[in-house]
Amino acid sequence: MFYRESGQLKTSYQEDQALLSITQDRIGLLLILIGAFVLIPLLASDYWFTAILIPFLVFSLAALGLNLLTGYAGQLSLGTAAFMAVGAFAAYNFELRVPGLPVLVSFILAGITTAIVGIAFGIPSLRIRGFYLAVATLAAQFFIPWLLVKVGWFTNYSSSGVITTQPVEIFGYVFDSPVERYLLVLAIVSVLALLAKNLVRSNIGRAWMAVRDMDVAAEVIGIKIMRTKLIAFGVSSFYCGVAGALYAYVYLGSVEPDGFNLDLSFRILFMVIIGGIGSIMGSFFGAAFITLLPIFLDIIINDGAALLNLKLAAGITSVMQLLVFGGLIIFFLIVEPLGLARLWQITKEKLRLWPFPH
Amino acid sequence: MTENILNVNKVSLSFGGVAALKNVSFQVEEHKILAIIGPNGAGKSSLLNVVNGVYKPQKGQVIFKGKTWKNVVPYEAARSGIARTFQNIALFKGMSVLDNILTGRNLKMRAGLLSQAIYLGKCQREETNHRKAVEQIIDFLQIQHIRKTPVGRLPYGLQKRVELARALAAEPELLLLDEPMAGMNVEEKEDMSRFILDVNEEYGTSVILIEHDMGVVMDISDKVVVLDYGKKIGEGTPEEIRNNQEVIDAYLGVAR
Amino acid sequence: MEFFLEVLIGGLLAGVMYSLVALGFVLIYKASGVFNFAQGAMVFFAALTFVGAQEKLGLSLWAALAFSLLLMILLGVLTEKIVLRPLVNQPPISLFMVTIGLTFFVEGLAQLMWGTKVYPLELGIPDEPVATTIESLGLSATNLPTVLQEINSFDLIAAIVAGVLVAGLAIFFQITKIGRALRAVADDHQAALSIGIPLKSIWAIVWSVAGFVALVAGLMWGARNGVQFALTFVALKALPVLILGGFDSVMGAIVGGLIIGALEKLAEVYIGPFFGGGIEIWFAYVAALLFLLIRPEGLFGDKQIDRV
Ligand SMILES: Nc1ncnc2c1ncn2[C@@H]1O[C@H](COP(=O)(O)OP(=O)(O)OP(=O)(O)O)[C@@H](O)[C@H]1O
Ligand SMILES: [Mg+2]
Repeated sequence: MFYRESGQLKTSYQEDQALLSITQDRIGLLLILIGAFVLIPLLASDYWFTAILIPFLVFSLAALGLNLLTGYAGQLSLGTAAFMAVGAFAAYNFELRVPGLPVLVSFILAGITTAIVGIAFGIPSLRIRGFYLAVATLAAQFFIPWLLVKVGWFTNYSSSGVITTQPVEIFGYVFDSPVERYLLVLAIVSVLALLAKNLVRSNIGRAWMAVRDMDVAAEVIGIKIMRTKLIAFGVSSFYCGVAGALYAYVYLGSVEPDGFNLDLSFRILFMVIIGGIGSIMGSFFGAAFITLLPIFLDIIINDGAALLNLKLAAGITSVMQLLVFGGLIIFFLIVEPLGLARLWQITKEKLRLWPFPH
Repeated sequence: MTENILNVNKVSLSFGGVAALKNVSFQVEEHKILAIIGPNGAGKSSLLNVVNGVYKPQKGQVIFKGKTWKNVVPYEAARSGIARTFQNIALFKGMSVLDNILTGRNLKMRAGLLSQAIYLGKCQREETNHRKAVEQIIDFLQIQHIRKTPVGRLPYGLQKRVELARALAAEPELLLLDEPMAGMNVEEKEDMSRFILDVNEEYGTSVILIEHDMGVVMDISDKVVVLDYGKKIGEGTPEEIRNNQEVIDAYLGVAR
Repeated sequence: MEFFLEVLIGGLLAGVMYSLVALGFVLIYKASGVFNFAQGAMVFFAALTFVGAQEKLGLSLWAALAFSLLLMILLGVLTEKIVLRPLVNQPPISLFMVTIGLTFFVEGLAQLMWGTKVYPLELGIPDEPVATTIESLGLSATNLPTVLQEINSFDLIAAIVAGVLVAGLAIFFQITKIGRALRAVADDHQAALSIGIPLKSIWAIVWSVAGFVALVAGLMWGARNGVQFALTFVALKALPVLILGGFDSVMGAIVGGLIIGALEKLAEVYIGPFFGGGIEIWFAYVAALLFLLIRPEGLFGDKQIDRV
């Protein structure tokens, strides 16, 4: 009854092409933003900020980056974590070597550095496709962390390879407490998500999807396949790079190259698959799901065992995680290949008709 | 005398051992409709693919608007004004009808990456302007009601129409249509024939059309080229082709 | 020169171990067009089942072997039925992603059944230079060239096993009715279907055979490195082999494995020191990738022009 567009006549194409053309959607987004920027900072505890909300936002950004590449441009990558590593270590070095550089500038430069690296590793996509390309991105996944470890300069000759990030300071203000860090990530992620949404609804977004859906037809229309794919690699890597910098600076505080491993890449891919391939919002759904799932699993397994008085075998939670993650991926790809975002859309369509199903 | 917009000059093309085209030549006059007919596997689609640079012929030349093409790629063909549809529908399945057609205007869009990311201002104006142009095509082909539908959900006949719309969005000078009416019923074929004739008359677009339905070919084409086993075995007005003995033997003769 | 030969032969023999894993990928890809990322997980599953059945169920070596084989076939058939059949006609990339999910699931399942301990796997194959083995049999090895004396017996036997396996598979596909049907399927699914080849049972058979190949690979790799989670990474070693050899060529899997094995060992010995070592993590990938840029269709693949 309340979610519908009837009575909302659009009088220009511009209005029809607006980001949220239905009033209720606009109100919804406003409520979410108020909740995220005002209510949560008032209500949430430090544990929530550091263990759930901040990683959720950082992973959302990484998933968003991968989604642009895989979901929109159709190029599967298994090297997301490596690109995050580039972002993290680039930001670290910019801060280290350019004294007084504002942290936000470092993040942007880190994104640009990652974009360049991403484009370099995207070059094989011009000649190879599908899972051949996926395998090729593994080269980045294995090569980049190795390089970061081997070349001491990148880690400022830290013997263990671990770097501790500089304080996050903007105009003399240090973002230190969990809630401050949360708000910073939230602001960055919100802006970047908006930019991504704009990209996918304009010319480049259509070109990406065209290349994804049928590259020969795209070329015949006059889309430069090479350029389109490389832009996808560049933009996607920019997002992953910024996500990596935030991962290091705002979430963990200290990182090492080997932490950006294949497992992390897979985890982000799973966010995209479960959240919704080819959906900006889906990236957020997926990140929330994959961040929360292990926490829930842990609680269920431990409480369940306590309740039944069972002694748990060593490592059972990680085994259960493998089973549940694997099972869910299989389930979603078979039953709802467009993920949670699609389920959300179906719900909205139902609401639009409710309570009169006509 | 009218100019030739396209000259195909002694083109030969083979895949491994299979010769798909053998020494084929023909011309398309400006503002005219040329039909290519021939049995299955005759090389018709391959010929279109040579014209817009998807396949590279081993021998021969393609001359478009007086310019001889060297190693042309589809992108350049599109930029010089050639658009096409495919025998097997090649729409972008994950996109709406509107987005599919808008993609056809890709070459005319100028906004840079950053401008698109910010969207306000230049990019938005551009999007709106192109939307207007696309809406005209949508009206022309009478597909207003399915604008926002994902193309994958459309019936076959409408998909073919959307593909034509996408090609028209580029405002081509030469339109290549690979069996645009295959699998359609009589009514749909009539609609499609009318659209093609209208495009040709209103915008002066030259058309190359591959079609199996001889009735349609006789009705709308100015000239017919007949292929068989990769060789051109006949060329002329529909009337001449109808009476050409070799063509009748090779093609019309077989039960159709 | 002698040292070079030694490294080369060592590399080639190590490459055989890669081929062993790559073979499983190729079989499934040929028959069903699926790039089964879970092949490495299957190798792990097989090896863990084999040792687990002996340790936990107290089965004898042969009984454990039969048991593992049975379980592998079951796993293969169920995977085909439950996971892949619903996805027939989906784009290859979806099939690929589903096998990544499968990887996680199979790894979890294996550890759920047999625990997370690291087991040794004893097949009674000596892991020592050939010369030592020959002498321990009471023979003299002095008239063998030194290069050959230095070869590891285990590597040699692994190579023989791989050779027998490939020959066996070749005969299976060449002679039996199933094999002929399978080749028809690999050539053209639609056509195979239209001449009445039961596609579904063919796929089930192929997945069973892949399960068997995974078992053989699991035994060899397990005996070499112990049965532990790291075994799943052997699949990652096999991927560059596939890029190089092409996903649809048995020959490619073998030759690709040899090339990658040899290149990797040579690079490790001659280039590695300049980088401070550790290059074997990525070297194979980069080598395969560079090759691919020159020849995108792989070593044995055909050049294809898209039809439109
Ligand atoms: N990409 C390709 N690779 C290999 N052979 C090809 C390719 N494209 C076309 N051929 C071959 O070239 C010949 C001509 O094919 P083409 O598709 O041009 O015929 P057609 O006249 O369009 O037939 P139809 O009426 O069936 O569409 C056929 O023998 C076909 O098998
Ligand atoms: Mg054709």
